Amino acid sequence: MSYLGTVLLVAGKDLRTEIRSREQVVSLFVFALLILVVFNFAFDFTIVDFGSLGPGVLWVAFIFSGVLALNHSFRIEREQDRIEGILVAPIDRSAFYLGKVAATMMFMSAVEAVLVPLAAILFNQPLTTRLGALLLVLLLNTLGFAAVGTLFAAVTTQTRRSEVLLPLLLFPAAVPIALAAVRTTSHVLAGRPFQVYANWVWLSGGYDLVFLAAAVLLFDFALQE
Amino acid sequence: MRGARIPDERIPDDMMRPMWSRVLQITTLLAVPASLYMVFVVAPIEEKMGVIQKIFYFHVPSAFMAFLGVGLCAVMSVLYLVTRQRRWDLVAHAAAELGVVFCTIVLITGPIWARPVWGVWWTGEVRLTSTLVLWLIYVGYLLLRQNAENREQAARWAAITGIVGALDMPIIYKSVEWWRGLHPVVLKMSGGGGLDPVMGRAFAACVVTFTLLFLCLLVERVRLGRLEDEVESLEQQAARRPLTAATDAGGGSSR
Repeated sequence: MSYLGTVLLVAGKDLRTEIRSREQVVSLFVFALLILVVFNFAFDFTIVDFGSLGPGVLWVAFIFSGVLALNHSFRIEREQDRIEGILVAPIDRSAFYLGKVAATMMFMSAVEAVLVPLAAILFNQPLTTRLGALLLVLLLNTLGFAAVGTLFAAVTTQTRRSEVLLPLLLFPAAVPIALAAVRTTSHVLAGRPFQVYANWVWLSGGYDLVFLAAAVLLFDFALQE
Repeated sequence: MRGARIPDERIPDDMMRPMWSRVLQITTLLAVPASLYMVFVVAPIEEKMGVIQKIFYFHVPSAFMAFLGVGLCAVMSVLYLVTRQRRWDLVAHAAAELGVVFCTIVLITGPIWARPVWGVWWTGEVRLTSTLVLWLIYVGYLLLRQNAENREQAARWAAITGIVGALDMPIIYKSVEWWRGLHPVVLKMSGGGGLDPVMGRAFAACVVTFTLLFLCLLVERVRLGRLEDEVESLEQQAARRPLTAATDAGGGSSR
């Protein structure tokens, strides 16, 4: 089977499991929505300018639900020792990694696809005026977060305290993504031209490339038993 | 009679401190008072900031050592993953611990200096913020090690984290710099162009002393790590010994 085929197979497996059980996406939605509601109470958006706080609120919701998705992604492999099957299967470990990144991206994107319009309604904002730029920003930063997150999740879910250890490792490492995501999102929402935030887009893209490459090389070491 | 002990209780030769490590320790012991003398007696008191400026003789070398620790940890992590030799992991672990220790010193001395000079304990300044993120990453590194089930697992996972952390540092620095806007308030560290030559010499002495201290602690920590390994494997040997043998040895010791 081709390399790309393996990647798609792994991602497809996670997607099929999800469609059949529906245990993951629903809880992710509710959790992310809850974060929006909490922030809606914490900051009065009729007084506070949405442009300065809104992107941060959205990305806190995406990142927190992303951690839930990542923890789940490898916990299901640990249950009933499914990981053993993956490890003995004649597939490239890095293909398994990329498949997991793709699956995490799908779950996070699903949450984002619902939350962005919802935030527009909740905070009474025209979020969807620059859709192309917004999609690019969401995609690049979600990819960076999923790339590093998947590598760390593969490690931390082997410990007893993965719920604490994953964010502990991932949040500091994902600081560039968080900063780039919030800055670019606020520039896009304010309708500024691409040149204003181009450097941030390159930073996100560079981060994605560096850590996808590093993780492809390192992932094998994360799973050896 | 000490019959209950493991038969071979002689400390292996490679566990003894080699001569050069003794020399290193004595040199460090002499260098510390010498550089304290340079800092507090020889170097003049800075005109504008006063005595508080002297904290930089400790703050900046600590920052150098924190980076040295992190860099060394990353290089040793790569070496470990490539060769799978235990000693590289011992050095990586020791370097990461020292990185965290010196980074903590940086994060404590920084605000003590900033309060009287900048008027605030903490600002979003790029060096401060990225040092804090660095500290968080390597505290995570140490916590991950603690949560592993065995040494091999700890070494493998830690190596991954050490490499990712080191790759991340320049990106974190850049992103925090941009986050503050492209024209941040320029808060220059003391010294710079107009550094008094005597102050410069005292500073250089401190960097040398801190490097010696770093090496001293590194050597001791690696040695401690090897002794820990030794104890663990002796314990495993003891656990494997048949029960009767242990009873015999116990009987022997009570005459």
